[in-house]
Amino acid sequence: MNLHEYQAKQLFAEYGLPVSTGFAVDTPEEAAAAADKIGGDKWVVKAQVHAGGRGKAGGVKLVTSKEEIKAFAEKWLGKNLVTYQTDANGQPVSKILVETCTDIAQELYLGAVVDRSSRRIVFMASTEGGVEIEKVAEETPDKILRAIIDPLVGAQPFQARELAYKLGLNDLQVKQFTKLFLGLAKLFVDFDLALLEINPLVLTEQGNLHCLDGKINIDSNAMYRQPKLREMHDPSQDDEREALAAKWELNYVALDGNIGCMVNGAGLAMGTMDIVQLHGGAPANFLDVGGGATKERVTEAFKIILSDKNVKAVLINIFGGIVRCDMIAEGIIGAVSEVGVTVPVVVRLEGNNAELGRTVLRDSGLNIIAASSLTDAAEKVVAAAGGVK
Amino acid sequence: MSILLTKETRVICQGFTGSQGTFHSEQAIAYGTNMVGGVTPGKGGQTHLGLPVFNTVADAVAQTGAEASVIYVPAAFCKDSILEAAFAGIKLIVCITEGIPTLDMLDVKVKCDELGVRLIGPNCPGVITPGESKIGIMPGNIHMPGRVGIVSRSGTLTYEAVKQTTDFGFGQSSCVGIGGDPIPGSNFIDILALFEQDPQTEAIVMIGEIGGTAEEEAAAYIKAHVTKPVVSYIAGVTAPAGKRMGHAGAIISGGKGTAAEKFAALEDAGVKTVKSLADIGNGIKEITGW
Repeated sequence: MNLHEYQAKQLFAEYGLPVSTGFAVDTPEEAAAAADKIGGDKWVVKAQVHAGGRGKAGGVKLVTSKEEIKAFAEKWLGKNLVTYQTDANGQPVSKILVETCTDIAQELYLGAVVDRSSRRIVFMASTEGGVEIEKVAEETPDKILRAIIDPLVGAQPFQARELAYKLGLNDLQVKQFTKLFLGLAKLFVDFDLALLEINPLVLTEQGNLHCLDGKINIDSNAMYRQPKLREMHDPSQDDEREALAAKWELNYVALDGNIGCMVNGAGLAMGTMDIVQLHGGAPANFLDVGGGATKERVTEAFKIILSDKNVKAVLINIFGGIVRCDMIAEGIIGAVSEVGVTVPVVVRLEGNNAELGRTVLRDSGLNIIAASSLTDAAEKVVAAAGGVK
Repeated sequence: MSILLTKETRVICQGFTGSQGTFHSEQAIAYGTNMVGGVTPGKGGQTHLGLPVFNTVADAVAQTGAEASVIYVPAAFCKDSILEAAFAGIKLIVCITEGIPTLDMLDVKVKCDELGVRLIGPNCPGVITPGESKIGIMPGNIHMPGRVGIVSRSGTLTYEAVKQTTDFGFGQSSCVGIGGDPIPGSNFIDILALFEQDPQTEAIVMIGEIGGTAEEEAAAYIKAHVTKPVVSYIAGVTAPAGKRMGHAGAIISGGKGTAAEKFAALEDAGVKTVKSLADIGNGIKEITGW
């Protein structure tokens, strides 16, 4: 789960880290009122979406009047912001963050992730903060400084000092950086984060460190023990079909093709999409029905797949490990009848009682094509969807 | 020979009396696994599936000499269960449960390494030595004792590879599902090293997925240390890049992690890669001449 910038900054503030005074608002009027509350004559307005690249997409603006603030809010509230990190539809803007303006002397980068290779939380820092940081990492990897956190003793002040001196900070800033680093490391662990990023972390003209942006991604497996973060969840940022699928414990991701896929297991679901493409087709989605491919879940999976009007055929690929394939076949037949599926459905069943399952499908009288192998299934569904594209 | 598990290995189940523990323990016993008991706190002294139930893993180890444990407890309690088994002297822990918080696994992994415990999983189908013993949720009937070692991040993809190696008549020496979580107890390299040393294993199938750099690291290991033929399939060529948040993920992976990168690294290491999941059996046939 992701947090909005304003939510991340709330957490930063609670951990005593330097953030701008600001208010997240829902309407143009509130946006203008926020400027009054903040005071001054320069503000920054920022569209709140779960994606980076907002500045380049026009979602961040420096403003000097309340009229400009209102105009910005009117332009973006209720609209979608498309950045290079979103899909083509973008993410809906339902809040605007109005903040004090910060005078920037230098932009640094500070981020942390759970690194799979070292199996540690790893902090990354760089003097090259800003939007080009990925290019910096690729072209000049030595400009990315790292600190690996030991799980047993946690983040230590010396690690912060090592990073800070390498970043070229002065003694006062090193102290500020140490507080920031230790605070973020504690926040990372306290809230089960998967990713934390401050880009840019700025040095103000007064020489102080300041968190100008905040991105937080939380380990979804840990949400059960993070009640505070659960309340911060913004469902408007989730794909509607993906959210519906999640309610049925189905894992669904929409794609651009015309062949709907329903598979048990995430790996096999990806493998199925790959084989469809290898045979000249284009998958319309990724969908993992999980271990228990029951009639109820297959029914819901059909509804979600068919809500995508591009779908011209559906491929069901189930490896019935311990579950009997004839039972899965009954479930598929029930679901096809109940949902009223009109597109051709190709089914490949493998595993326990597979032959019996295929017979049940063949005798159903429904528009179900039983495939004898994975390759056969891919060929049949590509043909059913109108042939090789 | 086999890796990790033989028909003699004494196995207990944590979460024994729950529905998952019960169902899969019944299946394991029917397959021939040497189940010697189970653990459910508060039910010590009872008998379940004809086997003794203990309150703690320490009790189970003391009274049954258990060497391996399979864990079916809910995700929130897995850290505790894995550590309980590790501190009680269990040397092979297989955790089937999915959904364990990543930060729990960071701690667990450090401790298991320190105690010399082999942890398989979490979020995996388990381990099977065909014809001898299985601990996990894989269907026993698709396996056949034989000469291919299979290691995979994905459950159902493992079954596909198993079925093809059975259909071709090659059979399997051992199959290990290492699980798809960011921090697995054992990675490809750990299992590849075991297969390399195992005389029964004559060829290896390695099934990966997009994301992370485990396959790239495995490729480097194979190049340096593995002399047996390896066939590999990577799922997710068509998976979209997707929405993302910030740069940290991209910076840490340094541009690695795509299917194309993984295929290239494996091919460079002399691995036979197959682009279609249906070609795993053919791939083995091709490189071994069987």
